[in-house]
Amino acid sequence: MTGPLGKDLLALEPLTAEQINLVLDTAEPFKEISERAIKKVPTLRGATIVNLFFEASTRTRISFEFAEKRLSADTVNVAASGSSVQKGETLVDTARNLEAMRIDMVVIRHGASGAAQFLADRIESNVINAGDGTHEHPTQGLLDLLTLRDHFGNLAGVKVCICGDVLHSRVARSNIWGLKKLGAEVAVCGPRSLMPNAIDELGVTVLHRIEDAIQWADALNILRLQLERMTAGYIPSLREYNRVFGVTRERLDRAPKDVLILHPGPMNRGVEIDSDVADGPHSVILDQVTNGVAIRMAVLYLLAGGNPKLAEAAKGALA
Amino acid sequence: MTKPLVLRGGRVVDPSQGRDEIADLIVENGAITGSGRNQGAPDGAEIVDCAGLVVAPGFIDVHCHLREPGREDVETIASGARAAAAGGFTAVCAMPNTDPVTDNQAAVGFIVRQAQRARAARVYPIGAISIGQKGETLAEFGEMVGAGAVAVSDDGKPVASAQLMRSALEYARTFGIPVADHCEEPTLAKGGAMNEGLVSARLGLKGIPSEAEEIMAIRDILLARRTGGHVHLCHMSTRGSVELIRWGKERGIGVTAEVCPHHLSLTESEVEGYDTNAKMNPPLRTADDVAALQEAVKDGTIDVIATDHAPHHYDEKEREFADAPNGIVGLETALAVNVHWLVASGIIDLATLIERMSCAPARIFRLPGGTLRTGSPADVTVFDPTETWNVDPAQFRSKGRNTPYAGRTLTGRVHATIVGGEIIHRLAR
Repeated sequence: MTGPLGKDLLALEPLTAEQINLVLDTAEPFKEISERAIKKVPTLRGATIVNLFFEASTRTRISFEFAEKRLSADTVNVAASGSSVQKGETLVDTARNLEAMRIDMVVIRHGASGAAQFLADRIESNVINAGDGTHEHPTQGLLDLLTLRDHFGNLAGVKVCICGDVLHSRVARSNIWGLKKLGAEVAVCGPRSLMPNAIDELGVTVLHRIEDAIQWADALNILRLQLERMTAGYIPSLREYNRVFGVTRERLDRAPKDVLILHPGPMNRGVEIDSDVADGPHSVILDQVTNGVAIRMAVLYLLAGGNPKLAEAAKGALA
Repeated sequence: MTKPLVLRGGRVVDPSQGRDEIADLIVENGAITGSGRNQGAPDGAEIVDCAGLVVAPGFIDVHCHLREPGREDVETIASGARAAAAGGFTAVCAMPNTDPVTDNQAAVGFIVRQAQRARAARVYPIGAISIGQKGETLAEFGEMVGAGAVAVSDDGKPVASAQLMRSALEYARTFGIPVADHCEEPTLAKGGAMNEGLVSARLGLKGIPSEAEEIMAIRDILLARRTGGHVHLCHMSTRGSVELIRWGKERGIGVTAEVCPHHLSLTESEVEGYDTNAKMNPPLRTADDVAALQEAVKDGTIDVIATDHAPHHYDEKEREFADAPNGIVGLETALAVNVHWLVASGIIDLATLIERMSCAPARIFRLPGGTLRTGSPADVTVFDPTETWNVDPAQFRSKGRNTPYAGRTLTGRVHATIVGGEIIHRLAR
């Protein structure tokens, strides 16, 4: 038995617009649960979920954990540092051990692209990709889509520019696929040294100047600039990055219309985004965080529908 | 002394003599002693029925990794030589990136002795260019050649220093050996896991641009021009490299080149799903590169098809893509991949394939074999160019199982491999 999303959520690239809209629609009623005094429904009671984080994460891990707990699942957090090679145990052994403990779902964050798929191919449990290397971060993409949809109603024709280090960003890839599937117009803007060489072939517009991006866009999704990109020789300095590519109040004030501001966090204030933009009236950065819990509840719920053991529990349990 | 052999009624295809005809081949005392229609059999000869089969000079692989010494768990000279025989290779050249590195006469001599014990395909050692393959100090080419080395290479690693490569090309001239060149500009290729392009952008894997290979290819073609040395470019993978080799050959520069069966048949799309059996260095490239390489094999811009046979333990390949080692096994699938993608598809004829797999390797590396001329060593490969078979890695003689061709049905099957007049491999029925 396979649910509407299949066994796993590994990426947005293979999903259809219908599947993506289903997740967004499913998230709507879950938003309300988090507004209640008692933020808990019995949907996933009895299900065991492992949050397997091979990379440090605060926001994503906590968001998943709240989503799981508000659906009454039993959860275990495993923080495994470094790659499997450094750790001494291989990822395949980790996978087999989890399987042997008869868990129902695994949420995995890993530094290697393809790690979530690697796990999904080898275990029967549902696997949710919470970010794999520089590949995808599908739940982040979904929560960005939900936040945009909350604001614009419908994403068809909405102009969204993804700004910054697209080369190393899993958030960027998930956004590009998700936005395109829902009919948005997608551009990227940043230094060419932080763009994949084949970026044009991904079907996005490439804008070289942040001023052009601000003129063009209805919304900017501003990526975090990892500080190590400077030492690796991709850009000369954070100071210059802010001067050339930083989203500042001054630049936004010259825009013909209000531009919605998204950022997946954590922010480097004063580098890719200025504080008065992050904290300004058009910022929906905290709405993204709120929506993150609802999106993850929706994904857990929909995948449980594909899990015969959990389907019974999930059926009709949405109070 | 082994029994005489009569290879009866096969299609003898020997590009070294421009021959392609139905004939018998007589083998006595380890050498070819006669050939023609309806030859009489010497006393006590074994008659091998070759009707419907191709009888060719034995294939020679100028590029394989046999892992001994150091990683006998993944391959030994004996298991590699048996895998070679099963793939129709009568001789292979073993790359020196062993542990310890094959960078001195004693290490070369060890490989020669292990190969003699194996009594399968002949194994010719390739010595390192630099001590420890560190790219700093030249290894002792003269002593290594004296012990049996047929070429030098730092394969697995590029020679980053242009000055050291220049010296190697100059110094190798004394011994008349090629410098086999792993073309990879190390700073461009650093951390790369696959071809740089749309697929790498989508999968979020760090790409290796074509230019990483091409920059080194042209550097070393130019150094061959400067020095008058012989550079043999290993495992070429891009259209740009083909154009650069063509440029060098047109000017009479001492450059030869090889390409691997996988670069003639597969593209970067094999990496989809993060299949580590599609991870090798240089990486699988685009369909346009494959077409350019096929054309280069046809027109002779690329002289040799070599396997870059690289066995790995399955545990090492069963991991995250970026952490998995590079390379696939190739000895036992090379003929079928080449027949399937090049001959059966009409790109080249059988004579051209045999030229690239036997005659040219012998000529370029100055090895015995590569011909069925009377008086030559009886190194012969007998194969069926039309038989299809299913690739099952569990059946490999190699200890390695890492192949992207597993489960595929390919065309072209080795029936017998004869080294020095002795049948060292027969297709089991």
